[in-house]
Amino acid sequence: MLRQVFALIVKELLAVLRDPKSRMVLVGPPLIQLMVFGYAATYDLNHVPIAIENRDASEASRDLVARFVGSPTFRLVATLKSGERINSLIDSRTAAMVLVIDPRFTRDLLLHEPAPVQVIVDGRNSNTALLIEGYANTILSDFSLSWAAEHGEPPPAAVLDIRARYNPTLSSRWFIVPGIVALLTQVVTLLVVGLSVARERETGTFDQLLVTPMRQIDILLGKGLPGLLIGTLEASVIVAAAVLWFDIPLRGGLFPLYLGLLLFVTAVTGIGLMISSLAVTQQQALLGAFLFMVPSIILSGFATPIANMPPLIQDFTLLNPMRYFLIVVRSVFLEGAGVGALLPQYWPMALIGAMSLAAAGWLFRKRVT
Amino acid sequence: MKAARLRRLGGLLRKELLQIWRDPSALAIAFALPALLLIIFGYGVSLDATNVPLALVVQHPDGLTASFTSQFSHSPFFRPRRFLTIQGAETAMAARKVEGIIWLQSDFTRRAESDGNAPIGVIVNGVDANDARIIEGYVQQVWANWLTARAAVDGKGAALPLAAQPQVRFNASVSSRDYLVPGLIAVIMTLTGALLTALVIAREWERGTLEALMVTRVTVSEILLAKLVPYFLLGMGGMAASVLLAVFLFGVPLHGSVLVLTGASALFMLAALGMGLVISGFARNQFVAGQIAIITTFLPAFILSGFVFDISSMPAAVQIITHIVAARYFVAILQSVFLAGDVWPVVVPNALALAVMAAIFLGVARATARKRLD
Amino acid sequence: MPPAAEAPPALRLEDVRRSFRTGKRVVVALDGVSATAARGAVTGLIGPDGAGKTTLMRLIAGLLRADGGRIEVLGIDVARNPLGVQARLGYMPQRFGLYEDLSVKENLDLYADLQGVTPEERGVRYAELLHMTGLGPFTARMAGRLSGGMKQKLGLACTLVHPPELLLLDEPTVGVDPVSRRELWQIIDHLTRTAHMTVLFSTAYLDEAERCDSVLLIHEGRLLGRGAPGTFTAEMAGRSFLARAEGVGRRALQARMAKMPGVIDAVIQGSGVRVVTEAAGPSDQTALPSGGSGFALVPTAPRFEDSFVARLRAQSSAPTPTSGANDAPRPRGDPPASAPTTPARSAREDIIVVQHLTRRFGTFHAVDDVSFSVARGEIFGLLGANGAGKSTTFRMLCGLLPPSEGTLRVAGFDLRTAAAPARGRIGYMAQKFSLYGDLSVAQNLRFFSSAYRLYGARQREQLAWAEEEFQLGPLAEATARDLPLGFKQRLALACALMHEPEILFLDEPTSGVDPLARREFWRRINALAEAGVTVLVTTHFMEEAEYCDRLVIMAQGRVLTAGTPAAIKEAARASALPDPTMEDAFIAVIEAAQPARAA
Repeated sequence: MLRQVFALIVKELLAVLRDPKSRMVLVGPPLIQLMVFGYAATYDLNHVPIAIENRDASEASRDLVARFVGSPTFRLVATLKSGERINSLIDSRTAAMVLVIDPRFTRDLLLHEPAPVQVIVDGRNSNTALLIEGYANTILSDFSLSWAAEHGEPPPAAVLDIRARYNPTLSSRWFIVPGIVALLTQVVTLLVVGLSVARERETGTFDQLLVTPMRQIDILLGKGLPGLLIGTLEASVIVAAAVLWFDIPLRGGLFPLYLGLLLFVTAVTGIGLMISSLAVTQQQALLGAFLFMVPSIILSGFATPIANMPPLIQDFTLLNPMRYFLIVVRSVFLEGAGVGALLPQYWPMALIGAMSLAAAGWLFRKRVT
Repeated sequence: MKAARLRRLGGLLRKELLQIWRDPSALAIAFALPALLLIIFGYGVSLDATNVPLALVVQHPDGLTASFTSQFSHSPFFRPRRFLTIQGAETAMAARKVEGIIWLQSDFTRRAESDGNAPIGVIVNGVDANDARIIEGYVQQVWANWLTARAAVDGKGAALPLAAQPQVRFNASVSSRDYLVPGLIAVIMTLTGALLTALVIAREWERGTLEALMVTRVTVSEILLAKLVPYFLLGMGGMAASVLLAVFLFGVPLHGSVLVLTGASALFMLAALGMGLVISGFARNQFVAGQIAIITTFLPAFILSGFVFDISSMPAAVQIITHIVAARYFVAILQSVFLAGDVWPVVVPNALALAVMAAIFLGVARATARKRLD
Repeated sequence: MPPAAEAPPALRLEDVRRSFRTGKRVVVALDGVSATAARGAVTGLIGPDGAGKTTLMRLIAGLLRADGGRIEVLGIDVARNPLGVQARLGYMPQRFGLYEDLSVKENLDLYADLQGVTPEERGVRYAELLHMTGLGPFTARMAGRLSGGMKQKLGLACTLVHPPELLLLDEPTVGVDPVSRRELWQIIDHLTRTAHMTVLFSTAYLDEAERCDSVLLIHEGRLLGRGAPGTFTAEMAGRSFLARAEGVGRRALQARMAKMPGVIDAVIQGSGVRVVTEAAGPSDQTALPSGGSGFALVPTAPRFEDSFVARLRAQSSAPTPTSGANDAPRPRGDPPASAPTTPARSAREDIIVVQHLTRRFGTFHAVDDVSFSVARGEIFGLLGANGAGKSTTFRMLCGLLPPSEGTLRVAGFDLRTAAAPARGRIGYMAQKFSLYGDLSVAQNLRFFSSAYRLYGARQREQLAWAEEEFQLGPLAEATARDLPLGFKQRLALACALMHEPEILFLDEPTSGVDPLARREFWRRINALAEAGVTVLVTTHFMEEAEYCDRLVIMAQGRVLTAGTPAAIKEAARASALPDPTMEDAFIAVIEAAQPARAA
């Protein structure tokens, strides 16, 4: 009966929107997460503290030092005279990198000997260490090339011509913020759907619902559709924030994005309904949502690439709807991908959605009858 | 008077221990939750790119191009695939089959052997900016090595005038797991510590037992102390289990001393438990207490502790906020104690900060706790 | 008896005020309460749910701070020295304050430690307490696995480990079976008589007033009366009667009596109607109609409840809700098609049939071989304490829980397997009137009308009827959660009735509401039953059983006895009990079942 389902949907939406606490859950944490992730979650390096020990007081070495000091990536915190403080600076994390220019620097340059430059990096955070090395190497090779050109040296046989597709400045934010669309849509949908039946069980209204002439499928639809609606709305707000506030380019069309979104929200709704069917109290539902959410976010490629995980875990991620939707959002935003290119992402989500909804229906029937 | 006080404390402590023993939920939070999270995160979070699929487009293969491209074939970092045309490679990149393209055009060898400056086209997929940067860094090294080798061995062409000698301290293998796992312990124990105290006190509110306790001669300090001591021990147990997992399951080296580790953990645990006590002051049921604990501890500890995202690269306003995240100090200590050893210039200031935070949280918990329901 | 007269009273309340803020609303829980409680006596704090009893208890125990006024316990100002007060009083909160995963002995040990009882003192004290509560054989059992009555006694024992001077008991008898209730009162009598303890006892059961030495009657945060229970009933002297009329059904008689001028209360009791008049005196009695043949009006002893109703009526100048009691809540005169227009009691048609119903949870038999049947138009009661199995039976009847064994038929269907329309023939009102608290009154009504497949003109018509009949119109926009208990109950009933069900299921329908709301509720239910609606009601409230045509008494999952209220009471009549109450009958039935069980 469509009228009954409609009445239930209206009731669910009213229940969520009239309760200030539920309203908060929809607005507060997502907003905070958007800001925290948008601003704080970045792999880009800025103002990395470095120390420089220049043992070769020459024009060439001063030029090299100037290139490091002038880079926005680095911030000079100490200029060293002799080697003894290097260890303590790195140990105490005062400097993340120490550049040591050998006394023979200029001499070797002029003699066409490779002029030694030591780059000592704190490896405690290996990712940062790799990035620092990369930045330092870029400055060093730029210096090499321009020095060679100025001094009439023969140019190197080949030079690199590096271009980054889709994200020319390699800004982490372009990677993270579209990911937040997937992350928050999942969190909100799962909480709205996962807790709704448990809340009614706790207050006793669920029994009241079951004794009305509504069929189980009506109840299931009435519980699932509001989650779908709220999840889609939440996603739209974050997409708008990504474009208007964080200036992330939206290169693709809205159709491929919303097609993916719909499939993703359907899959998450199915999982939410499964949790809802199993949980007796809101606390159990929250625990269930948490136990699903943490692995699904970690194993989705949101923060770190799936390709880096052990093979067994990579196979496991195939069950995770967020994995597919992340690719859809990032591709549509940054690559401008269309429906055709995203088909390999759409159908697994559709399949997971169909299976989770069927399982939810089965569990629901089993719990109620 | 003193005997009565000790007896009250003893009675409460015995009750708490019996409850921990009989109700598995506290043990689950202390041991199962950290182990589960550590395993999921430990395996799931890795920044070490290996076997990155890379397209090689060599339009006119010969000995010179082979000397360059063979460097990619022999690196564990890349998994090269050959494409005949740049269009084919671009299509593969759009389909996420390859992450980057190395493109040597047909006149590469001719230009390299005449005027030099032959372009090596490098196209990376910038969507995952971190991966893209790391690929860039590797390609740069490959290129510099190739130039040097060509100059030194074959005596042809010029090497780069500079010879960079990179040295990575403390984590020579540059394995991300070695620094992520210690950081994870801090993130997870923040959640665990806060959950332990917040949930058990909320449970007493829910069941109405706290109301009955309050109308006895017991004092607020006694109630708080009786919660703090058992869950401190339980939390330290969970911490020890996490450290053992880190060392034996994930093979993270422990260079520092167990003593420093224990001391810092104790301070941190006091801060985390104190935070749980503060939460329990206003959250009167387990549902709300659990939600607040997850939102206020897990997310900030994950993002703002510097465990994976570099704090000095964050906007200034965000950097200020990181100072109130206890996990930040503990992450710094753990990463040093595991990978570098007992580095006092890192340990001492961060331990002091933890002590201050523990004192603040416990002080606030004591000041706001009342033997009253309102 | 109590010490010298100059000693301060055990409790002195002076203009105590307290309000709570929930969201934007301020709820006044206590509005200027002044009273005293004498030492060595049992003072009853009596009032319906939401009257402010628990708030007052917590204020006295120093768990809350008063907004205004002054509370002195044993001569100590609570606001100034809560710890000093707490050292001298014992407090048992509503859920007894027990640690369910600790054993009986461990719970006692904990409270002994907290109350500063030395290990040397414990042996004698424990023996005394365990003997008094009968918990001796269960010291190793976990508190969570005790029955409700035993938990109540353990809670009491824990507060008594160190004998307090003032004992606060917050609704200790709610949901507890009558036998345990009786035993608790014996313990309390013992404590006050031999240990000279002062007891403050809160309860929503008005019949417990008569056991107290002195009563504080509290309603909506105000003190409605104070004094010995005798003074309450004394002022009702000559105003209570029992009416009987041959050939007139007791419900019809009740409806007629309620409309009579000068009558302030008319409730069904036994086979007759209990009538309370506005003023005493024979002139009033003659004013009552002789009402045709066989009408008799016999004076009867007043009850505490009569006094409460009289006070409530005097307080509110509103027209008595019982006026117009004869109008069925179905103004369109359009009874359900299948219901007979006149109750045809002679041709008994069983609409609910339950045979050998059993429900197990693991090895525990929640319902054990239960059989009964309910005729159309009957009000049928399931009476029992918490945990007796009545809610499980009820849930199986509604199709919410599958039976382990046995059959059940409701209007010819098993609601579990019946098609959805079959459920449209029943109405259901859940315990605690569970409605969507976040939704407004109108939204709740609209949702349930749609859920019961009402739409279009008919939906509008029924919504208008519900708002008018239950006087919910002015509250249409109010949020359901913020409604007073009586209105929640009305709304819940309205939601259950809009689709004009043939059978109405009511789970603890009047627990905790004040006597006037309860009367109004039963007036509607009676009218429905007169119109042919079958009503099945569960209750642990003994007096409520009087409203049923027939009932079963359940304990430990079994039906102990079945019959009309009069027959069940009749069976309990003995020389010692010439006029047994329903509670007496209940205890007699349980005691009769005990040896059989033991055998």
